[in-house]
Amino acid sequence: MPSEEEIYQEHILDHYEDPFHNGPLLDATHAHHDKNPLCGDVVRIALKLDPAGKIEDCAFEGDGCVISQASASMLLEALCGKTVDEVKAFTAEDMLKLYGPRLTPNRQKCCLLSWRVIQQAVYSPVER
Amino acid sequence: MVPLTDFLLDASLRDDFPLLAQDVHPGQPLVFLDNAASSQRPRQVIDAIVHCYEHDYANVHRGIHVLSERSTDAYELARRKTQAFLAAEHAHEVIFTAGTTAGINTVARSWGDANVHAGDELLLTPMEHHSNLVPWFQLAERTGAVIRHMPMSDDGVLQLDRLDEVLTERTKLVAFTAVSNTLGTINPVEALCRRARAVGAVSLVDAAQSAPHLTTNVQQMGCDFLVFSGHKLCGPSGVGVLYGRETLLETMPPFLGGGSMINRVYDDRFTPADLPAKFEAGTPPIAGAIGLGAALDYLTAIGLERIAAHEHTLVERAWSGLSQIAGIRLLGPAPGGSDDPCRAGLVSFVLDRPHAHDIAQLLDRRGIAVRAGHHCTQPLHDRMGIAASTRASFYLYNTPAEVDLLIAALGEVRERFRPTGRRRRGRIDA
Repeated sequence: MPSEEEIYQEHILDHYEDPFHNGPLLDATHAHHDKNPLCGDVVRIALKLDPAGKIEDCAFEGDGCVISQASASMLLEALCGKTVDEVKAFTAEDMLKLYGPRLTPNRQKCCLLSWRVIQQAVYSPVER
Repeated sequence: MVPLTDFLLDASLRDDFPLLAQDVHPGQPLVFLDNAASSQRPRQVIDAIVHCYEHDYANVHRGIHVLSERSTDAYELARRKTQAFLAAEHAHEVIFTAGTTAGINTVARSWGDANVHAGDELLLTPMEHHSNLVPWFQLAERTGAVIRHMPMSDDGVLQLDRLDEVLTERTKLVAFTAVSNTLGTINPVEALCRRARAVGAVSLVDAAQSAPHLTTNVQQMGCDFLVFSGHKLCGPSGVGVLYGRETLLETMPPFLGGGSMINRVYDDRFTPADLPAKFEAGTPPIAGAIGLGAALDYLTAIGLERIAAHEHTLVERAWSGLSQIAGIRLLGPAPGGSDDPCRAGLVSFVLDRPHAHDIAQLLDRRGIAVRAGHHCTQPLHDRMGIAASTRASFYLYNTPAEVDLLIAALGEVRERFRPTGRRRRGRIDA
């Protein structure tokens, strides 16, 4: 059982209070949203992909627990500027490693919500 | 009559519950405030189950041997204890099920499929647990019936003065919870059953949250069906009760088919058994029912009225303490308010931050077990404009000191997540 200090490390609280690219992305080319039915956590990720398949810009919107929202911020910070292929190669295990603190299986779902969303977002062009 | 406030049961009854005496983390004694999800069991119930398995166990209603006779006697004694607990007219009106959910599904499948037709209306409330919603949605899908909801005030009290808007001669069923598992509202069961009967509708009372805490009298309530679970009232999991009025149960077709529920089976047809076996297909939860009987004995010996008063004292203390925390929103009617005594012994709340799951995680570090999420009432949470809430639910073994621990811990939790103007380190965007 991870301790409170482990789960809510300072850098995680930093991301929660001062998230990376939190808000709408008006010129998004791809977007997807999903929720964690157990908790009600919601995350929407919007991507602006250039013709070569690189993430030119990205942003997330959401509502939910510290883990779900901080992990979304951390994920976008890590993948902004990367290619779609690099997103696809980024595994769930990579996401848990990026988050850092050890999580119980239930809280892993919170952490992996944004990862599931971005994996789907790269296949989800925005209708215009 | 026990006064509703300032009454506490003797804390020595905690000694009856072996599970309570433990540290869940080093130096953190368990504070179990998740009783609305499932309660703990006293030694008396555990002993009854152990005794069954160590001395008497065999299948019931089958064997011509001593153990089967002993088990059958114990199982049927549990039925009579349940009859007395519910003040039902007949023991065969008590059907043992797998739990509240199984009971509701049995009524929806058996009574519902036989009696509900396209255009008929099923009247529910906005505060129902998913288990008292989904079976009726499924029935509506099968039959073309229409789902309606009773009007409810913003603080979570059903508006009986507006019941005529939705309760009409088209209403075939009125199904509602006696106590909301999220709001803690105690609903006016008698009045609702009477109003249902006045338009010719059948009533079903979900007593999962009331039977553990309040006196149940099905004849006084005037209900047609009532369901509850063993595990929420100090009994085992996997057993529950469906009460039905004899005249209704007699006319209903069996739901699950199998052994026990038959009178005679031929090559291609069967005739059903009499009540209650007609609705108890297969080997029933034998030890479960025996344990349930012991739980009912235990609660009855203490007295449901005294248990309710104890919990009301705790919830008043919790409400007044929690309401002092900045940024908190307490759900449901306030205890001691004009609607009192419609307040049961649980309190759900939302903090401006953090989210319910973070709250539960931090409370757990302090040994405090609460429920966080939507408590299987998603439509109610949608209506209140929240994704999730945190719930502390009390039972006979909880103490004022535990309530105070909860209040103090929540103050700390909110402080921990107070915005402090912190910035992400090494941010790469400008």
